[in-house]
Amino acid sequence: MKNDDYLILGNSTAAVAAIEAIRAVDCATPITLVSRESWHTYSRPLISYLLAGELDEQRMYYRAPDFYRAHKVTPHLGVTATRIDPENRVVMTDRDQALPFARLLIATGGKAIRPPLEGTDAQGVFTFISWDDIRAIDAWIAACAAGGAPPRAVIVGAGLIGLKALEAFRARDLETVVVEREDRVLPLSLDKQGSALVEQAIENAGAEILCGTCVNRILKDDAGRVTGVAIETGRTIPCELVILATGVAPDTTLVQGTSIKTDRGILIDRRCMTSVDGLYAAGDVAQGMDSLSGASRPLPLFPNAFRQGRVAGTNMAGGQAALGGCFPMNAVEVFGLPVISMGLSTASGDGFTVLDRKNPTAPSYRRVVLRDNRVVGAVFIGDIERAGILTGLMRGRVDVSGIAETLLTDDFGLLSLPADYRKHVVQGEGIEV
Amino acid sequence: MKRVYAKEAYCLGCRLCEIHCIVTHSKSKKIIKAYRTERDHLVPGMHVEDSGSVSFALQCRHCDDAPCIEACIAGAMQRDSRTGAVVCDEDRCVGCWSCIMVCPAGAVRRGRRGKVVSKCDLCAGEETPACVLHCPNEALHYEER
Amino acid sequence: MRPWLIQPEFEIERDLDRCIRCQVCVRQCANDAHEYDSEDDVVSAHSIRCVGCHRCATLCPTDAIRIKQAELDFRSHACWTPSVIRNIYKQAESGGILLSGMGNDRPYRNYWDRMVLNAAQVTNPSIDPLREPMELTTFLGRKPDKVEVAPTRGGLALKTVLAPQLELALPIMFSAMSYGSISLNASLALARAAYEEGTFANSGEGGLHKSIYPYADAMIVQVASGRFGVNVDYLNRSAAVEIKIGQGAKPGIGGHLPGEKVDAAVSETRMIPENSDALSPAPHHDIYSIEDLKQLIYAIKEAIRYAKPVCVKIAAVHNVAAIASGCVRAGADIVAIDGFRGGTGAAPTMIRDNVGIPIELALAAVDERLREEGIRNRASIVVAGGMRCSADVVKAIALGADAVYIGSAALIAMGCHMCQKCYTGKCNWGIATQDPYLTKRLNPEVAERRLRNLLRSWGLEIKEMLGGMGVNAIESLRGNREHLRGVGLSDSELRALGIKQAGVGA
Repeated sequence: MKNDDYLILGNSTAAVAAIEAIRAVDCATPITLVSRESWHTYSRPLISYLLAGELDEQRMYYRAPDFYRAHKVTPHLGVTATRIDPENRVVMTDRDQALPFARLLIATGGKAIRPPLEGTDAQGVFTFISWDDIRAIDAWIAACAAGGAPPRAVIVGAGLIGLKALEAFRARDLETVVVEREDRVLPLSLDKQGSALVEQAIENAGAEILCGTCVNRILKDDAGRVTGVAIETGRTIPCELVILATGVAPDTTLVQGTSIKTDRGILIDRRCMTSVDGLYAAGDVAQGMDSLSGASRPLPLFPNAFRQGRVAGTNMAGGQAALGGCFPMNAVEVFGLPVISMGLSTASGDGFTVLDRKNPTAPSYRRVVLRDNRVVGAVFIGDIERAGILTGLMRGRVDVSGIAETLLTDDFGLLSLPADYRKHVVQGEGIEV
Repeated sequence: MKRVYAKEAYCLGCRLCEIHCIVTHSKSKKIIKAYRTERDHLVPGMHVEDSGSVSFALQCRHCDDAPCIEACIAGAMQRDSRTGAVVCDEDRCVGCWSCIMVCPAGAVRRGRRGKVVSKCDLCAGEETPACVLHCPNEALHYEER
Repeated sequence: MRPWLIQPEFEIERDLDRCIRCQVCVRQCANDAHEYDSEDDVVSAHSIRCVGCHRCATLCPTDAIRIKQAELDFRSHACWTPSVIRNIYKQAESGGILLSGMGNDRPYRNYWDRMVLNAAQVTNPSIDPLREPMELTTFLGRKPDKVEVAPTRGGLALKTVLAPQLELALPIMFSAMSYGSISLNASLALARAAYEEGTFANSGEGGLHKSIYPYADAMIVQVASGRFGVNVDYLNRSAAVEIKIGQGAKPGIGGHLPGEKVDAAVSETRMIPENSDALSPAPHHDIYSIEDLKQLIYAIKEAIRYAKPVCVKIAAVHNVAAIASGCVRAGADIVAIDGFRGGTGAAPTMIRDNVGIPIELALAAVDERLREEGIRNRASIVVAGGMRCSADVVKAIALGADAVYIGSAALIAMGCHMCQKCYTGKCNWGIATQDPYLTKRLNPEVAERRLRNLLRSWGLEIKEMLGGMGVNAIESLRGNREHLRGVGLSDSELRALGIKQAGVGA
């Protein structure tokens, strides 16, 4: 490996986007990739679909089987990077390799937050992050079923991951209870009204939700297998399978003790560069700027990971790319109810104007949050058509004074917007970030 | 690359473009048969926005920097290397709706076949897309700009 | 409740095997004649509202719609025809004047259809227009009484100063249709098509909208009795000025554009307040004699510094020859005569169908009278009123016209289906309306293209007919009645037209 090579740590969305961005301008310089997981690049968000039986393994892969070869990437799969030496520009791995680099991308992702509970080490307790997790869960379900009865499940946390796990379990017909500490499901994305619709859909699907309470302890038997959870109210819920879905945090272990600055994640600027020149970070491990709240925070979301990967890759290859507005956004379908949230979707109070409309008969809800006459957050439940137009308004910080009332109507579309904006979206090449 | 551009001033709001989009993407490709037997699972890949006297037809812009390709978790949104169009591989789509969330033109719709997304594919490289061909008032143009 | 005794005039037939419930017809009918029932998933029709414009049938993607005359038959009666009976029902209901759009639809004799053209054979060879130059260029304006030339070094130079002329690439112009009665898109298409094809369009009495200024060199601007839009800039921004004394569709009465059609743009162009009725009085209130007309003609010529021809438009009435002669002597460079088949946006039906005379007879009379008086050269004659095809144009020129104006034919080229409901303002083709939802339907680029195609195709046909007659310049045909013969005409009609009976004599 020569010294002007690219080295990428990580094998998921950000890494793939970076590879494609590099190869768009530089077809020759070798790229080496190191990945702790041993699978061909796959799409993390699809793991719940796989567990539910909605797709087969082939559809898990994020890119074609010949992706590495076609993009002249040398993959080291199933290899863990153990140390980064920014000064000498070399990365050590657990195979005793010393990989030199000229330009490095750290896209090693996040790790599940394990709540500090007694009993999280019991058998039958899993996180819900990787394909390996799914394989383990699948095996456990099979083992329980072989042993007499399918497991009853408890999911700790009703965020996005928790609800996707719930969907998978209901698809497999497992009795499931969800325990959420906040007073509603999807607390970071939805307000009370919106959550209520989702909770209704969950209950209609035959699952139990407990909000505003938390798990104190995970109980296990003498063999170390989980037998139930004890929750704050005093109730004990018997179960044979527990999913810890209390959040994801950037995994910065690799850069601790180096000159690469971190906060909760690896700090990056608008070029996705870290505090060390020539070293970049992207995806769930990185921490950039939330353009709407103004806060520096990780934004571990699929589209953001891709975009950061693309910007990092372009810059690594000598280009000039910069991140535009980045903010949280999520799209998910929960038991047939589509739910989309963007930006400061739950904000209210000083400085914010909240517009909302709930359809009295159908499960359909829309909430728009304005600040200084600009859209800074939105929730679409049920009827999600054209939600992206609001995302565009948020990215472009478009002044919507004068048309605020139209944002909630059923036929809100490009026609509701001023003709200049409309022309820019339709005539131009796409959004400018 | 060539894209479809709409002239708002000449759009009648008749929606013949939507109808012909459906027919071109149907199995039978014959209008009466398609509407009789396939209507339930076909959604036009483009749609007409209409409010009284102003209307125009909106197709996917096939953006150079397509946000839908970035957001697609299943890798179903791809660039057709031959035409440059952004197309959705419906077999890979899982209906997560991330593309609907990020499309600034609102050009992606939910399909009727359960989950899959419906989007303009520039009629898969035909010489002229169906909507352009059948607009009775020449309000749609297929050209490079 | 529906007006008593009023029955549908048209029947909308829908082939249910072909109907795909796309509802294009529902959306496109300005009269709401189609309706979709979502519960039963069926489209049905209210035939009473159908005006027979064919918009739905044209746009239906499966050709599922047919429009037929309504089936309610009366016992047959040659005198009390169904249309006469229906008119009485309408008037008993409304107590008002019956209105119609477009031109006279009664079965008066059409003289163009009873005149035939000659062709050259044996003694006089025909000319192939594809191999020999064929001259259609026409000059409209006063021609000098005599021509004086002077020798120069190269040859001869013209000494006589010519009066201002309009040069036309072919002897067909677009007749007066006011912006306000037709949409801006339609006006623009007419102006542009005339400009590109080297001929002229008449602005009508609605003034000149500013989007047409770039094509002013192809515009004949009209000064009508309401003087809408008239100021010195308007007169100078033109190729010629036309004083409208009368109109073939409604001789003797004025015009009326209802206030609802006077939106901001129409108001600005006509220089009247928005939403006020635009009334054109019957006489010009400053023209009560032929001397008054002469005064106005010269006032206008002064204003435009004698740089352009001034035209006078009159309706074809009984003493049209004397009136035309008076106009010529009053200084008109061009006399435009509008026959009783001329179109309009709105006219009382009785007047449209019963007042005025056919242009064929008027033309023959005027041409004859001006020649008798020795003043035929002082003005060009332009005729209008039911010119339907290039053969009508050729016959008109043979009868004595210098050029023709087409109105209805141009509108039909743009999409008009002659439903005659222009006065409702709900023209489904976007032509005779100001409703923005409807005016979008006329794409001016498409309309312009179709008008240019119409002019070009008629031009080609005229060349073919001329070549067939052994004539290679339109000049040679003008007033040459030897090229015409009558068929099925009475002796007095032959005499009135000044043509011979076909088959008899040399």
